[in-house]
Amino acid sequence: MSPALIAALPFLGALLPGLLIRSGRNVAAISCGTMSLLALIGLCLHIPEVMAGGVVTASFNWLPQIGLNASFRIDGLSLLFGILILGIGILIIIYARYYLSKSDPVGQFYTYLMLFQGAMVGIVLSDNILLLLIFWELTSLSSFLLIGYWKHLPEGRQGARMALTVTGAGGLAMIAGMMILGNIAGSYNIGEILKAKDAIQASPLYLPALLLILGGAFTKSAQFPFHFWLPHAMAAPTPVSAYLHSATMVKAGLFLMARLWPVLSGTPEWFYIVATTGLVTMLIGAIIALFKDDLKAILAFSTVSQLGMVTMLLGLGTEAGAIAAVFHIINHATFKAALFMTAGIIDHEAGTRSVRLLGGLRKLMPITFVIGTIAALSMAGIPPLNGFISKEMMLEEASHTVWAGHHNLFFIVAGVAATFSVAYSFRFIWQVFFGPEREEYPHHPHDPGMGLIFSPGFMVVLVVLIGLMPMTMAGWLVTASADSVTGLETHPHLALWHGVNPALITSAIATVLGAVLVALHPLLQPIWDAMPRPEAKTIFDAIIRRVVRWSQAANDALHDGRLARGAGMMAATIVLAGTFAWATGRAGPETRAMLPIQPIPAIGFVLLIVATACMVAFHRNRLLALVLIGIVGLIVSCGFVYLSAPDLALTQISVEVVTVMLMLLALNFLPKRTWVETGAWRRGADALIATAVGLGIGGLSYAIMRRDFAFETIANYHLSNSYKQGGGDNVVNVILVDFRGYDTFGEITVLGIAALVIYAMTETLLTGRSARRLTNWRHDQRRAGDRHPLMLVVATRLILPISLTVGLFIFLRGHNQPGGGFIAGLIVAISLLMQYMASGFAWAQERQRVPFHAMIGIGVVLAAGTGIGAWLFGLPFLTSNYGYFKLPFLEEIELATAMAFDLGVFLCVLGAVMLALNSLSRMARRTGEVINRQPMDVDPSRSKKEAH
Amino acid sequence: MEALVAIAIGAMSAAGMYLVLRLRTFPVVIGMTMMSYAINLFLVATGRLAINKPPILHGHGAVDYSAYTDPLPQALTLTAIVISFGMTAVVVLLSLGAFLEGGDDYIDMPEADRTERGEKE
Repeated sequence: MSPALIAALPFLGALLPGLLIRSGRNVAAISCGTMSLLALIGLCLHIPEVMAGGVVTASFNWLPQIGLNASFRIDGLSLLFGILILGIGILIIIYARYYLSKSDPVGQFYTYLMLFQGAMVGIVLSDNILLLLIFWELTSLSSFLLIGYWKHLPEGRQGARMALTVTGAGGLAMIAGMMILGNIAGSYNIGEILKAKDAIQASPLYLPALLLILGGAFTKSAQFPFHFWLPHAMAAPTPVSAYLHSATMVKAGLFLMARLWPVLSGTPEWFYIVATTGLVTMLIGAIIALFKDDLKAILAFSTVSQLGMVTMLLGLGTEAGAIAAVFHIINHATFKAALFMTAGIIDHEAGTRSVRLLGGLRKLMPITFVIGTIAALSMAGIPPLNGFISKEMMLEEASHTVWAGHHNLFFIVAGVAATFSVAYSFRFIWQVFFGPEREEYPHHPHDPGMGLIFSPGFMVVLVVLIGLMPMTMAGWLVTASADSVTGLETHPHLALWHGVNPALITSAIATVLGAVLVALHPLLQPIWDAMPRPEAKTIFDAIIRRVVRWSQAANDALHDGRLARGAGMMAATIVLAGTFAWATGRAGPETRAMLPIQPIPAIGFVLLIVATACMVAFHRNRLLALVLIGIVGLIVSCGFVYLSAPDLALTQISVEVVTVMLMLLALNFLPKRTWVETGAWRRGADALIATAVGLGIGGLSYAIMRRDFAFETIANYHLSNSYKQGGGDNVVNVILVDFRGYDTFGEITVLGIAALVIYAMTETLLTGRSARRLTNWRHDQRRAGDRHPLMLVVATRLILPISLTVGLFIFLRGHNQPGGGFIAGLIVAISLLMQYMASGFAWAQERQRVPFHAMIGIGVVLAAGTGIGAWLFGLPFLTSNYGYFKLPFLEEIELATAMAFDLGVFLCVLGAVMLALNSLSRMARRTGEVINRQPMDVDPSRSKKEAH
Repeated sequence: MEALVAIAIGAMSAAGMYLVLRLRTFPVVIGMTMMSYAINLFLVATGRLAINKPPILHGHGAVDYSAYTDPLPQALTLTAIVISFGMTAVVVLLSLGAFLEGGDDYIDMPEADRTERGEKE
């Protein structure tokens, strides 16, 4: 099976629970389990090849420009982790099926679980570090969903947030580190990077890259001082904890260190950072675990400690260390998954996880007792279980490690940590299963059914078998993975008995001392409780609170709910930034001569300035402001004509008409005046900002217009190819429908969406409070006596066919002369609006057959269809074609596929404009405006009043 | 001519900015319309001014570039004009809806909502 498919299967599986959950949780669990099983089988099919030393790869180009390819690889290390992730995943799926209660949304759980599984499989199978980073972030996100699965619990939400913050921050650091690494190696391909050891370690950026990457690995694997998120993640349902903290999430950091071991390890930096961090974590985690009362908290800190041990082994940089590390990864996964599931069973059956309330379960839950005890003994490192073998190997390695010139320091600390490991494991067994039976368990405890027993039972069988026959059971996997970690051919010798050596003696001492510690525990606990300790959660919460307060203060200062404040600040900032850029940059000399000023444009200019000034002076009279805006728009349109932009002039003037109509309709409901509400100071400040903005934009445009293009203009390309490739003489139109058709397509879509937004808002406004307000509307203007005057009706009827013809003409000529879909759409819209104005919207609406929504939809679909049509001929999206046709009695006309696109633009613009104005008229109707049955009338409400 | 166009752009954007800083919705909408005029003209101006040189080809032979103005800014501005209509329409309806629902046409958030949001959980 292709490695890519193996990585994809869990993601496909994530879709299934959503589809199948209505068939019950069994079906959802079976479907997810099947997907995991398929992936596992697919992975296992590659075992012979990997055992023979091969690497299975599969690669697809994704974004080759930035070196991101969907490359996957299966080597020994991927195989080890893949089997753990998928195998334990299947067991967790079974366990969760029986663990979760009926009220939990099981479908969601399985979806999150499969997403997480897919992300983890993706990490271990990635052959490209950028791809790996994507999966890495996915694990952070999906674990957030899993940890916070019980959304009703505040601890769940807080724990999930903390995990996301810590691992997410680490992930960001790691992205930077990976980028550096990829740059040094010259490739983001893991296979290539692994060959570049000398270049990487010689690089001056080696240390920064190492620190950043370790930042990601340490946060993920909960290494001191980032370990604090892990215990808080225990608020998750137990199956999640068992999965995340035995085999997957926290092992991702270890995986990464193992993956990059060949290129990063072997230096003093690596040894002192990684091995020391691991050793400290191992010791601290073990000590804290002894003093916790919650079963899951004990297991959480023991996980921290055990992860520290693996980190320390990887940090040694020796071949034997790497072998011990991968072997312990397997062992820890087996016994820790079993222990978590045992803790879950106890919680499920006894109703509590606190060791203070438990005890004597040996007789009540015999099967659970056997499973839990064997797993915990393995955690303590008692022979003949698998935990013993890897602990011996660890102690053996530690015994000949020299740390900063000290020969025994490392060994002693490791021994102390091992002692505490024994102690918390013994305490787990002793306080849960032994001692007197209690009277007052929250539930009456008894062994659960097969569903909950199967998964931990299976793991414990592995614990025993690996312990008894390490070479047979795990030797092959350890060899394969150690080979790919070290890049050498390793010959691990896993055995229970290595003869009497310092490691064995230390183990024996540790076991005895551990037992003593458990006996002394009741005395030690009060001392521990009285000891002042930094509480990570309090510190974390305080930091988060402070950051939130700062950002809130900054936010409140910038956006306090007053538009003017935000807008003014933004404008001032832009002006300042622009001034700074202008002052520090270099603008070339003014190379273009000014065009001479002719009298008529000068008159237009004066009109424009006067209208603008009047606008500011008289804007309080809103109707007058609308008139003035009409003037400004008109002069701008004339300006476009003068400045060789006929298409723009046509567009501007027709948009002007509809805009003013729209605002008039809106003004119908709004106050007709704006009163003076601001003081002189405020207005002065506003005027200052406005002047600065005006000077800035004006000055900038002057500076631009007086200089030639800094780079060669692409206008010439468009001019040269407009006819040759687009078949049109009107270059602006050809750019719109052909060269940059994709942009236009996006723009008409936006326009259509805007119209639909308006429609939706109107729907809302026509219900509820605003509807009541509209129904009781009192018009503040006198109504015209003749709402639909005869003259207007007759004139518009006469004009309609003419204006429609003009619209058609403008549309057809658009490719070669000023015009096109945009303008034609606006013109037709205006001619229809004239009918609406003359005879009322409702009257006209009855005679209008095509709904405007449909028009927008058809327009967008038509434009898209034209683009897709090019695919049929094997050409890129929106490639146009054209030809010339001769119809009888008419001039030769040109038909281009671009014209169909333009028709889409036309329909969309028409529909959008009409829908927007129609929405406003629907509000007018709500105010009790009477619908006329005849095309023209005198105000019927008036005549009715007179009749009464 | 360049100076006149620059002054016009500056005047329109200044007026637009001043109106955007007002307290009621209607002047703000008008101000945004003024701003869009100024920006559209500015975009066209980045293609440099040219008189009597519309980008409409005369013949189909070799193209004399100096006879035409830059068509690209015009194409971009054309869609910008239509989009700014769409934006104006949405904003007009928003202000109308705010007036009908809230009973006044102040653009700012009501004082009560502006107070500091407490730190919740």
